[in-house]
Parts: sequence; C-alpha cells; structure tokens
Amino acid sequence: MTAQSSFMILSSVKDTKIEELTTLLSSMNSTIPAHADPKNDLLPFGRFPRLHFARFVIIEAHTADEIEAFGIAARPWQPTLAFFGEIDGDIDSFFTELEDLASVGLRKIFALCEKFPKEEENLQQWLKKNNTKSNANYVNWIGRTVKHIHEDDALHQSLAAYLREHKDDIDKNNTLALRQKLLSHVEMEKYAGRLTLTAEEKTPLKWKMFNFIHMIGVPLVLVLLSPLFLIMAPFFFIRLRMLERSDPELFIRPEHSYLEKLTIQEDWSVSNQYNVFGDIKPGVFRLLTLKFILFLVDYFSRHVYKRGFLARIKTIHFARWVLLDDNKRAFFASNYDGSHESYMDDFINKVGWGLNLIFSHAVPYPKTSWLIKQGAYREQQFKYTQRLHQLPTEVWYKAYPDLTNTDLARNSRIRKGVEIRQSSVDEIREWLHLI
Amino acid sequence: MNNENTFKFDDLQALLRFSHGRLTDTCFLLLHVADVRKAKKWLDTAPISNATESDSLPDRALQIAFTVEGLRVMCVAESVIDGFSDEFIMGMSGEESRSRRLGDIGMNAPEKWDWGGESKKIPHLMLMYYAKENAVKDFRTSIETEDFVKAFHVIHELPTLHIGEIEPFGFKDGISQPVIDWECRQSTNAHEREGYSNLVAVGEVVLGYPNEYGLYTARPLIDEREDSVAACLPHAEDKTGLKDLGRNGSYLVVRQLGQDVPGFWQFLYKMSASNFDKCELLAASMVGRRRDGKPLVLKSVAAIPGISTQNCDNHFTYDFDTEGYQCPIGAHVRRANPRTGDLPPRVTGIINRVMKKLGFDQKQEEDLVASTRFHRILRRGRSYGPKLAPAEAIKADAEVAERGLQFMCLSANILRQFEFVQSAWSMSSKFSGLQNESDPLLGNREVLMNGERTDQFNRPSAKGVTEKIYNLPKFVTVKGGAYFFMPGLSAVKYIASLPIKEDT
Repeated sequence: MTAQSSFMILSSVKDTKIEELTTLLSSMNSTIPAHADPKNDLLPFGRFPRLHFARFVIIEAHTADEIEAFGIAARPWQPTLAFFGEIDGDIDSFFTELEDLASVGLRKIFALCEKFPKEEENLQQWLKKNNTKSNANYVNWIGRTVKHIHEDDALHQSLAAYLREHKDDIDKNNTLALRQKLLSHVEMEKYAGRLTLTAEEKTPLKWKMFNFIHMIGVPLVLVLLSPLFLIMAPFFFIRLRMLERSDPELFIRPEHSYLEKLTIQEDWSVSNQYNVFGDIKPGVFRLLTLKFILFLVDYFSRHVYKRGFLARIKTIHFARWVLLDDNKRAFFASNYDGSHESYMDDFINKVGWGLNLIFSHAVPYPKTSWLIKQGAYREQQFKYTQRLHQLPTEVWYKAYPDLTNTDLARNSRIRKGVEIRQSSVDEIREWLHLI
Repeated sequence: MNNENTFKFDDLQALLRFSHGRLTDTCFLLLHVADVRKAKKWLDTAPISNATESDSLPDRALQIAFTVEGLRVMCVAESVIDGFSDEFIMGMSGEESRSRRLGDIGMNAPEKWDWGGESKKIPHLMLMYYAKENAVKDFRTSIETEDFVKAFHVIHELPTLHIGEIEPFGFKDGISQPVIDWECRQSTNAHEREGYSNLVAVGEVVLGYPNEYGLYTARPLIDEREDSVAACLPHAEDKTGLKDLGRNGSYLVVRQLGQDVPGFWQFLYKMSASNFDKCELLAASMVGRRRDGKPLVLKSVAAIPGISTQNCDNHFTYDFDTEGYQCPIGAHVRRANPRTGDLPPRVTGIINRVMKKLGFDQKQEEDLVASTRFHRILRRGRSYGPKLAPAEAIKADAEVAERGLQFMCLSANILRQFEFVQSAWSMSSKFSGLQNESDPLLGNREVLMNGERTDQFNRPSAKGVTEKIYNLPKFVTVKGGAYFFMPGLSAVKYIASLPIKEDT
C-alpha cells in the first residue's frame, strides 16, 4: 500500500504584485474559472501521475477586523500565496519531479512573492524548506493511489461497455456464466494491452512501523495522562462555559458580490474545492483546545476514518487544517463531492457536532454550548459565517474530474471482484450490480 | 408545544394553505407595471384571497406574487430588498452558476426561454386567477378594469389546461405533499426526529415562523421609526421592535416545463420491444409510481407522521428498498422526495445509534442522501396542453402539441429547498451513489466535464444484472422561470402604500 502525503508551500506576496500574480495564475486555467488546464505550460499538473489534487490560493484576511469585537487590535496580515496538494508516496521525490517538470513555471510564480527560490538555489531544496505541515489531515481512503483510480475506472468502463455491447445476447439471469464472460473479457483486454491492473505496491516497512507505533502510542499516552484530564475537566468546562457565554457574536451576511466570486468557480463538475480562513479566538484556552482537538482529528483520520468515511460524511476526498501566523489564525481546505449547499447541509445535519468541536474556536463562529451543541445547528448564521470566511481559489486541479468518492469506492470493489472470485451467487450478483 | 389551533390564517394568501384543486379553470398572467401610481391604487383594493376557511368552497381565488424587479418598481427601498435571500434578489436566471446547478444549460439555458430569461422578459409580478370550469374569463373581466389595463402591461400569459388529476405524461400528480404543522405539534429537535415525517414546520413554507431548525429564516425586517408605512406590517417574532415584511409570505418558484409526451411514450415503447404492458412498467419505474399513483414499494408498517395509514398511495418510505429493486433509486419521485430521516434507517438501541452517528455499521452506498425534512417544497403546479393518452402517444402519428407543466412551488428558503432538490437530487448524476443517470424525466442529458454520460436509466433487479436503458432522449425542456415573493396581505398593503419615488 502506498500512503498519501500532503504538501503546502507558503510565501507572502507584496501588495503591488497581487494583480500580476493573479493574472499569471489564471493563465494556468482552462476556459473554466479556477479550473486548471492539466497541460498548462507553467505547471502541467497532468504530467504528475501521483498527484490527486492541487491548488493555488492567495490567502487574504478580509475578515481580520472581526477580532476587534473581542477588544483586541486586528493583526496585520500580508497576503500569502499557498500552493498545496495531495500525492501518493513521499514528498521529497515529488518535489524532485516538480523541479524536473515545472521548475521554470514555479520559479516564475514564486518570483512574485517575497520568499522565492534564488536562481542558484535548488528548487527541490527550497520547496522542502518551505513546506508547511498541517495540524491535521484527512484522506478519504488511505492507500488508494491515482494510478489505481485510473486503472479501476478504465476497468469499470470496459466492463460497462461490454455489457452495453452485448446487452441483447447475454442471459441476465445466469449470473455465473455472465461473470465468466466478463472475466474473460478482462483477460482479453489485458492481453491486448487495453487494460492494466497493476498489483498493489508493498507498504514501506518504515511507514508501517511508524504507523503502528503511532496507533498504539497515542492512546497509551492519553490513558496515562487521563488522571490529569480528569482533574482538569471541571476547570475546563467552567472556563469553556464562561467563554461560550461571553464570546461576542457577530451576524454578518456576506455581500452578494463576494458570493459571486465564489460561486463562479463552483459546480462545473461533480466535485468542488473549499478554503476557509480566519482568526482563532484570543487566549491560550481556545488555542490549546483547538490544538488538542486537531491532534485527535488527525489521529482518527489516520487510524479510524481511513476507509471512505469521516463520521457520516463520505463526500470529502482530502481535507487539511493548518494553523498560521504564529497560531493566531487557522486555514482549512477541502475537496468535496456535490454542491456547496449540499456540502454544508450534509455537515450540519450529519456531523454538526464535529464542526462545532473544531471550528467553534474561530472568530466569529455561531455560539456553541458545551462545545458540540448549537453552533452549526444555527443554520443560516453558520452558512453566512463560513461563506464570509471562504476564499476563492486561483487554480484548482483534480486528477479525476467526473469521479466522486462513491465512484472510486465502487470501482475498487469491481476490481476486487475481478481479482478475488466470489463464492456465492449472491456475491456475484452484488458484484454485477456495481458495473 | 402549543396544542391549540391558534394560527392566524387571515394574513396569508390562500395558496399557502389550499391548492385550489376544485377551481380547474386558471390563468397566470405575467405583468409589467406600466403606471406605478395606478398599479399601487389597484393593488390597495385587489381582492386577493386569504387562507381562512369558509363554510362553502369559494368559486374564485386571486393570488399575487412579485419578482425582485417588481418590488423595486413598486418603490420598495433597496435596503429592504437586501433583506431578502440572495437567490430571490439575483433571480432564477440571474447567474450562470445558478443555471449550472439547476441544470439550466444547453437546450434548457435561460437565453432560450420564452420568458424569465432575458431581462426584458422577466416579469414584475404574476397574477394567478383560479375559477370554476369556464369561469376564468368572467373573473378576469371583473378584475381587469380600465384602470388595471392602464396600470399593468401583460408580457406573457402562461398557458394552463386542466386535464384531470394527471400531468401530461399521464401520471396521477400531486399525491405527495408536505403537511404543514400549523399547530406546531411536532418538535424540530433532532433528538426527537429520527425517521421520516411528512409534517413540516410552518417556517419551512411561511416566512416569519420557526423552520425545521427551530429558527427564523432571514427576511426583510423594518424599523418602524425609519419607515412609518411599515406600521401596517406584523411584528417580527424573533426581533422585538422590528416589523416583518416577510411574515405570512413565501417564495414562489415558477418554471414552465415543456413535456414531449409522444417522444416519451414512443421511446419507452421502442425500449419495451413494442409491448405496451412492458412499456407501462418501464414508465412506472422511471416515475416511481404507476399511472394511477400506486407506489412501487410496499406500504410502510411503521407510522409516518403527517400521513394517514389509510392513504395507501403515500404511506411508504424506501427504508426496505435500499437496493432499488422495487423502486429504482433514480426514479423521479424517489429523487424528489427520498423520504429519509435524520438518521439512517433501522437504528436499534443507544449503542447502535451512537455507532451510526459516528458513521460505522453501514455499507459504503448507504446514508448518502440528506435528511428530507430540510428539503421539502409545497407544489402548486398546473398542466398545459391537450391531453394525450399513452395508448395514443405511442403511435407514430400522435398529435404533436405544446404540452407541459407550469411547475410552481412554495418554500421559505429557495436555496435550501427548491434549488437543493433540483440540483443535489433531481439533476445530479451522482444522486445516492448512482452512475450515469440524472432524473429520467427532468434530466438535461448533458455530459459531465470529462465527458461522462448522464443519459442512462438503471433499473436494478433482484434476479440478475441491472437493466440499463441507454441514450435517453430529453423529455422535458425548461421554457421559462422566475423566483417570486408571495407576500402576506399586510405586506401587499405595505407595497401598495409605499410613497412613489420622485423619479418615477
């Protein structure tokens, strides 16, 4: 199994250069706003076979004044270019590939930033040095590689096409014979070189060991610390309730012109991108709580929610949480299936409690109670707040535009059925239904 | 909860409570205001029907609704308009991104519409006449006085024709409607709402009342001190000291959907190897009901709030048909109302409940559809065009005519209700994990970004492979549409009484 990794390169941009940068970045797009042309000259995303998603965002703090409601002066924020994405395997070799295939383009882009690779500097080293780690990452299906996604999809298409071609001369009720026909079709196609089904790579031993130690170690440490947590709990909740009651609440509806900047990029295909950025509420309490919760989110994503669902949410491909500006601000980005409205409704109605746990520490999240209640369940206010804090994307790349997580999971199951033969008629039928 | 029926219906337009089903002769006029002063004068005394119950059934009804342009023309201040929802302000055809979500692309694109697309074809208001058989003409004469004719200019008349309780394809229509919980009998608290209920909170349909979240949907609230005309408006329940322009009003979505009736039946007849019985079965599986309205799944054993157990045509959910063997998952009515609850079906006990909430204990293809209660709409559509029975429609020489539906629905939040149902459920080719198919009736058959097709229909069968119908033609074409605000009667008075701006 090849695990997925993420990268994020950040560099602040001079105010005078923003327009130039926006124009340069948009030259990477196809005719669709913010959708990358996979073959663009600056960074030909399509030539990176391990790349799932990638994105360029200019992080701007247009909501920075909100923190003044807490009696704190707004901190200055220099607009920052973020280039981030998700890949299969290790980051270092991906940076080398970037250097090989997109050195000129990336240098051109970062030359408009304050931090940039000097001419004599090695790009791979520079990227490595400037890579910002996320506080928490979520991967829909750990181990599902771009290569397999494409192979599985081709397999599915081929089987579906076979059924379509032979729809009049197959006996639909003789499942056993039908499976046999389909399996021979696959063999023929493989032989003809039209289908490839590469065996899964071996899991690197180092990764396996680290993952195991992490899986066991974290709960162990938490159990050891549990008496401490128990003692702290009453103080924690008293402080929490005090803050929940006293935190100022802002009810700001986003301007229509701002919404338009976001919606113009959305719903061109089955998936969308999402960035949200804002201040963390002041004080050590909020910061530590958030950090601890993100630590848990990361743990659960890695060890529990690693096979197609994050609690009841099945639509997220990848997500990341990153604390920025000396832990004063937080950035969240995700790639999800469906429209923005359905994404938000899914969240509120299925995992509103989870949203509250994480995002209630940000300004100006709707009032929560006991960390998980209310908050996102204040639907309209929540929707306004998240839209107001959402940032448009400059360039977005998805390696498999028409496929949702459900499609990917289905294709994997189809493939599994080709590789491991089902024993019962029911299982065969279930497999046939997938095609 | 308040058990008494104290709901005041006298400020609501009747359409919110009644569908005027007995009043079969209808006329929907799309108007532009020609003379604001005269328009206001007419509006002030217009006999708009309210929602109170009378002893005898009325033989006439008049309803009215405004687009945002209409409100502007009638001098509603921009600061007040800002209080309406973004969808209403921008309009159905106002933004490309909206058209994409609604599936209004290709042949459905607003620039091809008969009305509501280009800005000069967007009406200011819509007047809806309902009368008994052949009586609408007289009704119109009584309303459209000389002053009316000077005040308004008819830009389009939406055709309607009563062809029985059916829609043009021949299926019984309007069977499933949400029941508005006027007496607030049902809790909106998620802890008490696991399964599907057909009762919806008043605030899901009428503005100014708590919705399914127990909250008030945003709407224009006016400070009386700044706008004395607002004195005639009801108070805002949730904000003391403010007047509520939205209260007792609702958003009305209108879409003219052209239906190719011969095209539909002839295609299905061909796919059924010219066997009419098979053709009927195929049609029923696409619609999700038989022509007489009988559902394809068995009657639900468990009670469904808001639906009588006697009501065999509506007392069902899809909880025991997760595979779609009885009713295909992509069937039209299953998409439009998947009858899901807040939690996945068959929760047993506390532990199981927690497990389900945390996402465990279910298959990959389960729990993909949102909870239905936040996405209900109250339908008020009417059909148009001459009746064509399926047995006639399958013939190659079937009479071709303009036929279709004036789709109309009421909701308090266009984005969360109508647009969600239309985009995430009806038009989405990925609804509930399906592949290559959008709504078999409504689908625009446009390919996805990378060329993936959406023109199939999958009919799963318990016996063998899924039966797939390929190359579905387009049966429905959008011909027009707009978002309206259907004000409460005090709000109508407010709009009529607002002073005319100098420049008009």
